[in-house]
Amino acid sequence: MSEHWTPVSEAVSSPPAASRPAQSELWKGVRRLLREPLGVFGLTLVLLVIFGAVFADLLTGWDPTRINPRDRFLDPSGAHLLGTDQLGRDLFARVLHGGRIALYVALVSTAISLAIGIVLGLIAGYGPRWLDNLMILVFDATKSFPTVMLALALVTIVGPSLTAVIVVVIIVNVPGYARIIRTQTIAIKTSEFVTAAQSMGASNARILRVHIMPNVIGPLVILASMDIPVVIAIEAGMSFLGLGVRPPTPSWGSILNDGFSQIRDTPWIAIAGGLPIIVTTLGFTFLGETLRDVFDPRLKGR
Amino acid sequence: MTTLSVTGLNVWFSTEEGPLHALKDVSFDVPERRIVGIVGESGCGKSTLINAILGLLADNGEIRGGEILFEGAHDLTTLGPREMRDLRGPRISTVFQDPMGALNPVLSVGQQMINIQYRSGQSKAEKAARAVEMLKLVRIPDADSALERYPHQFSGGMKQRIAIAMALMMEPALLIADEPTTALDATLEVTTIELLQDLQAQIGCSVMFISHHLGVIAELCDDVVVMYAGEVVERGSVRDVFHDPRHPYTRRLLECDPARQTERTRVLPTIPGEIPDLRHRPEGCVFAPRCLERHAGCEAPQAELRVADGHSARCNLALAAAGVEA
Repeated sequence: MSEHWTPVSEAVSSPPAASRPAQSELWKGVRRLLREPLGVFGLTLVLLVIFGAVFADLLTGWDPTRINPRDRFLDPSGAHLLGTDQLGRDLFARVLHGGRIALYVALVSTAISLAIGIVLGLIAGYGPRWLDNLMILVFDATKSFPTVMLALALVTIVGPSLTAVIVVVIIVNVPGYARIIRTQTIAIKTSEFVTAAQSMGASNARILRVHIMPNVIGPLVILASMDIPVVIAIEAGMSFLGLGVRPPTPSWGSILNDGFSQIRDTPWIAIAGGLPIIVTTLGFTFLGETLRDVFDPRLKGR
Repeated sequence: MTTLSVTGLNVWFSTEEGPLHALKDVSFDVPERRIVGIVGESGCGKSTLINAILGLLADNGEIRGGEILFEGAHDLTTLGPREMRDLRGPRISTVFQDPMGALNPVLSVGQQMINIQYRSGQSKAEKAARAVEMLKLVRIPDADSALERYPHQFSGGMKQRIAIAMALMMEPALLIADEPTTALDATLEVTTIELLQDLQAQIGCSVMFISHHLGVIAELCDDVVVMYAGEVVERGSVRDVFHDPRHPYTRRLLECDPARQTERTRVLPTIPGEIPDLRHRPEGCVFAPRCLERHAGCEAPQAELRVADGHSARCNLALAAAGVEA
């Protein structure tokens, strides 16, 4: 149609930089985030955990899996910042390396759950009624499984592993994400701007991508960031029960389990396992809630 | 050449209480470079007519007979979804009643105006320049920075002007305006109508203007089509229809226009009765139950009678009433 594009008026203007609005919106959001004390606190905790996980090898010289029977149950000291466990492994090193596992599981499984949940939710919300009903049935059936039962069942089949943890988290998360996207999609697909887009010749794929996705994805991403603590808790829980990461790989859950049996004599093992879970959970929760407030388009311009 | 020619269009909806004949034998033309007003009270089938033309009827709606000829070449009732999509937007575009809802709240105006040009194959900078140009054309102040703002940062009237800018951006052959001024206040209504008139003259498109406001139709339109209960009861040039109405419904409608009241009154005139249930259409004239001039001849189906060149009415008294007004 481009040959029809003769200008209507003589008005000629310099083209504005097209990518600027998106960038400045993001920047404005970050600035608003930094004005919220709770958000800064959450961000600090999260960055601390990420920093510890990324630079684990530089922050400690100990190998987290090296067994040293002579140094069992050492108290925290200059050499062992958090002491040692029942096999004489350095707990500080295990906590830092456990952070890698926790963050890896959290990010990978959340990203995959989001991708699957968004696609399924859009299909359910925009597709035909019978498909919607069928998918809702499947979502609800999946959601009704208790997480631990699901984990047990899966581990019985494939054996305990990090992948099993990730699969469990995905199965647990996807129905919720898909339902949220579906509900939002149904609400938005009847709105006037979608009708307007249809009347201007937009295809279904285009309407989903250009009009429905931006409206539903923001809240979901924020919600997912608030779900990360839950994911970390699932990983820790499964590892605690011996269904997740296999020894000797360090995980906060398995450290907690190690400490659990020794809690009367050497409580710092349980503390070393539990404290990072608490710190990470708090950090992501505060950050997620602040992000939700900061990026809510209805609050923009405040 | 006529931009849009609707002939004998019939639309049925299947409802739980049985089939509903929403549009019956609707015929009218939108000639090139003319503004045609479609007028009628709520529920007379105006929206169904738009959706039938756009090929966006609800799933339970069906076109049974008739043709919608666009630019003399395409019969819109037989085109497939793909071909219809290619026409909607570049050739036929639409402005809706509610300016608040017509724009996506989470995308900036610039993003939306650039998005809508996805078919043009131009660079992003060219599309942005085009958007600014259109915003200037619809008199949005500070058009450059308007691109970065979000819909909620504009007033209702400005949003409607942005919607008009987006509809006319591709210079369509036909603009369908579905009560674009109904949600605006009286001052804005006037400016919006003047703007539409200006743009129509500049772009040279045809306009199908749906409204229930007779004053607006008289001000803006060249031709008028009066609809009642899914039928075209009278059509012709604004001058003919408003000065020499031949259908009793048109006459009653004009009498009810508050702007035409000459005497002070506590009660504004209305047309007693309601639109008939379209699941049980009367055999004869559809307006007969509310008509003051009803007689035995109204029991039979009514034919469209030609009063003058381009002026016709679906009433057996249309020719007999000649000279009554004059």
